[in-house]
Amino acid sequence: MPALTEVSSAAILLPLDDIDTDQIIPARFLKTTERRGLGTHVFADWRYAADGTPNADFSLNAPGASARRILVAGRNFGCGSSREHAPWALADFGIAAVIAPSFADIFRNNALKNGLVPVAIDSGAHAALVQSLRESPDALLRVDVAAMRLEAFGASHPFPLPPFARHCLLEGVDQMGYLLSAGDEIARYESAHPVLSSTTS
Amino acid sequence: MTAATTTPVSTPNVGSNPERAIASPRTLIDKIWDAHLVRDESADAPAILYVDLHLVHEVTSAQAFAELRQRGIPVRRPDRTIATMDHSTPTVLAPGSRQLHVTDAQAAAQLETLERNCAEFGVPLLGMDHPSRGIVHVIGPELGLTQPGMTIVCGDSHTSTHGAFGALAFGIGTSEVADVLATQCLLQSRPRTMEVRVDGTLGAGVSAKDIILAVIAKIGVAGGQGHVFEFTGSAIRALDMEGRMTVCNMSIEAGARAGLIAPDETTLRWLEGRKHAPSGAAWDAARKRWASLATDAGARYDRTVEIDASALQPMVSYGTNPGMTIPVTASVPAPEAIDDRSDRAQQEQALRYMGLAGGQEIAGQRIDVVFIGSCTNSRLGDLRAAAGVLSGRRVAPHVRLLVVPGSQEVKRQAEAEGIDEVVRAAGGEWRESGCSMCIAMNGDQLQPGQAAVSTSNRNFEGRQGKGGRTFLASPLTAAASAVAGAITDVRTLA
Ligand code: SF4
Repeated sequence: MPALTEVSSAAILLPLDDIDTDQIIPARFLKTTERRGLGTHVFADWRYAADGTPNADFSLNAPGASARRILVAGRNFGCGSSREHAPWALADFGIAAVIAPSFADIFRNNALKNGLVPVAIDSGAHAALVQSLRESPDALLRVDVAAMRLEAFGASHPFPLPPFARHCLLEGVDQMGYLLSAGDEIARYESAHPVLSSTTS
Repeated sequence: MTAATTTPVSTPNVGSNPERAIASPRTLIDKIWDAHLVRDESADAPAILYVDLHLVHEVTSAQAFAELRQRGIPVRRPDRTIATMDHSTPTVLAPGSRQLHVTDAQAAAQLETLERNCAEFGVPLLGMDHPSRGIVHVIGPELGLTQPGMTIVCGDSHTSTHGAFGALAFGIGTSEVADVLATQCLLQSRPRTMEVRVDGTLGAGVSAKDIILAVIAKIGVAGGQGHVFEFTGSAIRALDMEGRMTVCNMSIEAGARAGLIAPDETTLRWLEGRKHAPSGAAWDAARKRWASLATDAGARYDRTVEIDASALQPMVSYGTNPGMTIPVTASVPAPEAIDDRSDRAQQEQALRYMGLAGGQEIAGQRIDVVFIGSCTNSRLGDLRAAAGVLSGRRVAPHVRLLVVPGSQEVKRQAEAEGIDEVVRAAGGEWRESGCSMCIAMNGDQLQPGQAAVSTSNRNFEGRQGKGGRTFLASPLTAAASAVAGAITDVRTLA
């Protein structure tokens, strides 16, 4: 994962609550064995009409949207299925940060493993941001990962990141590598806790 | 790894220190957590948590195995790992054949990839024609692999199902699947705890599914965020294991990371004699160990919610997330009655998608399809309940009924009891096991605009097929609705 210190971009506005991962990437696209290539299917059922043509009034289809790196959504973003295809699809489309009042737990974990920053801001600040973006849709926002602040419309809003996740984003740390380096401790745990029922016998 | 706000309130600094752990009363969740710490949480890193059992399926594992291959590392504990095929497998035999034949080329390639990965990495696989194949959350308990006190993970959010046995079981993403394959460990923050207390006695026609739908309707789809549920109370104790699995299964639908129930005699009765359950002296030792898992008197949860089981009605969802659920006797909430602007907009959008009007009664809504299956309600008890309603009745002529057992073993048991005959005689389709129309990856799906009563767990837009409309309900309600051709209160079925 490459290091990520900040994301500066105009935003795509999709301020609906409880957007589930079945909307972000419908199940019929989960038959892939790759991580790449899902960007064309992100939000497929909202983005395309039955005949496959783009819905002109859907915000991801607006002119210039494909160059934007920030998505502004509603509360409990990414609820439902654990499919990591959801952050893969968003990242493949070009999104590097999602701003919402709250995120579903598994989605947040999955996002952080893919350099996609979940920016959870206070719901009052979020409502004001959505209003401002309706008036000035091309305004530039800045997500500062190191400072854990969102800068938008002259205001600065804090957002939380677990210290380890922040460190991993900033340094591009590989989390599996971190776990692998604990191999001795894991082996000690295993010798103190023998397997009771094996799947192979 | 969740936000820093998940710092525990009830059990500060218990960690893995046994003396302190004994000193303060702990919940079931805390006990399992503490027993699996390879390294405790610190100011700058989450805990390293050991995983006892890792379940694998075709849809969320290919990229994880690829990661291991790329790094040149083996699966650390194949003996703690097991794979099955369920999400995209067909549920009908190829014409004139006794075998399942995958016609979708991409699905076939994904299934072959799992086969190749399991062979290469030495992971046991319940492949396409294996007699124990089935939905990943049905086969774990069925084979006795799911046991009290364990940590269990799977690249699937309904892993919470296994919590019914008093295991801490939760869904993970594919990067975490790779982590567990490589190290048998996960980076996790200690979850907050929430007691969901269900006391009272269920009335006739009301079942485990109605309990969990009522919980989700009460606290909402984000109500459990950052928490693990422990279900307690007399109504939970009275449930059989299948009902408990139904309840724990949908914890994720309330936003919880997991949901579990302390083991008791009911749990032991289910486990004893199963293929992978301990036997002989090991069984006696395990019983003792499991008996110490229950939440200690005086242990505190971070939150508690209470549900009165005696007051519950059969429940049915009307909207596009599982929180949008009402008693089958109620009317669809009108958007105008909702104060919050964004909630009102969400309600309007949901009703438009579902083809419903605010204020209309939900009972009597015409349906096209009934799906009885999924990891929520596809076990023998679920099929028996449905068959009890279908027996001697006919499915309405305009309704298609699909009954999909959760595993090949469930299918065999049901057939031994003649449940397949009851379903066919009523005009329903009896299928091979799999996820089927719960996720609509295998061709079993709704057509745009079709409405289905489904015993599955998600009613999101398009979940059962693009443009399809899902009404979540219990097997009893589903079977009654199939007969009536419309959403029906099973207690009123003629
Ligand atoms: S039955 Fe449905 S919810 Fe359960 S594992 Fe399969 S797809 Fe997921």
